[in-house]
Amino acid sequence: MTWTRDLSMLFATLFGFWVLLNGSLAADVLLVGLITALIITLLFRNSLAVVSELRMTPRALMTTLGYVFFFARELVKSNLNLARIVLSPALPLNPGIVKVRTRLKSRMGRLLLANSITLTPGTLTVDIDGEWLYIHWVTVDSADIEVATAAIVSGFEEYLEVMYG
Amino acid sequence: MAEFFVSESLIYLAAILIGLAFLLALFRFLKGPSTADRVVAFDVLTIIGITAIALLALLEGRGIYLDVALVYALLSFLGVIVIARYLERGL
Amino acid sequence: MMASLLSVIGGVLLVAGAAFLLLGGLGLVRMPDVFNRIQAGTKATTLGTLLSLAGIACLQPAWTLKLALIGLFILFTNPLSSQVLARAAHRAGADKSPLTAVDLLAKDQLADDPKGDRA
Repeated sequence: MTWTRDLSMLFATLFGFWVLLNGSLAADVLLVGLITALIITLLFRNSLAVVSELRMTPRALMTTLGYVFFFARELVKSNLNLARIVLSPALPLNPGIVKVRTRLKSRMGRLLLANSITLTPGTLTVDIDGEWLYIHWVTVDSADIEVATAAIVSGFEEYLEVMYG
Repeated sequence: MAEFFVSESLIYLAAILIGLAFLLALFRFLKGPSTADRVVAFDVLTIIGITAIALLALLEGRGIYLDVALVYALLSFLGVIVIARYLERGL
Repeated sequence: MMASLLSVIGGVLLVAGAAFLLLGGLGLVRMPDVFNRIQAGTKATTLGTLLSLAGIACLQPAWTLKLALIGLFILFTNPLSSQVLARAAHRAGADKSPLTAVDLLAKDQLADDPKGDRA
């Protein structure tokens, strides 16, 4: 059952992208798009984890929306923070690589977590080893695993745990 | 008419800022010192280039340039990934 | 009136985005080592590009969908390429700034593999 659902989600996503790219609803454009999307769907059956691992409950969808807003706020905050550092003559840095742990299990959840961390205040994911993430931090507050996890990971994890588990 | 003039000059101001950003990134690209530094600079140069192409599309009124920006984004992403893999352990 | 208001908003967004791009360039020049440069490079350019594209969408509303597509693509790929690059730089043993306080990744790798011969 989930197999057919995943395939149709992949197909719909590809076809949606095709229509967006062409910006036209002419019959010939749609026909070529349908055929192309169908072929790609058959070739890459197992590769669209963004959609297929996302839980399709109303609660998960609401959380996704909340996540987008939380993420946007963090992104702006991170840039203002960076602006402050780069523009100050003294360049107040205290960089280092710390280790944090995530509770997320799914591949997609971890990928989104790593991406989110990279785009938020002063942190950059350097390496992932199972449940451990190594984070480069521009202003290290503490190298302690618990403290760093609470500071860097927890905010996103709350959302992603509902979305992907 | 006055409003139109305001947004027009804002567009040119943006173009100047983007040009300056490009020069700064180019400085890092030429100076290095390590390969990784150059690749970072290259990545930033591409992103600035994509914005510049979109801005050019706006100034020339040609939507087709946006496709160029999209393909450029795609190719540069692949390029950076490939170079990074190469730095890691050779191809 | 509405159209001109939208175009002023678009212009302001565009300048804000360009300013962040400039900030990214400045960070790239001023930061002391590869990892800090990647940080400055990714964050500032991602937000800068997104703001610029939003500004262009305000000035030319017919292009909104395609601009959104470019923005979405950059939002996903930019942090990914930074991460891959940071990992590659670390594995290739890139110089770290003397300011660096801790490096738990290097420490863990050393503990796993004292002679350092895991490729």
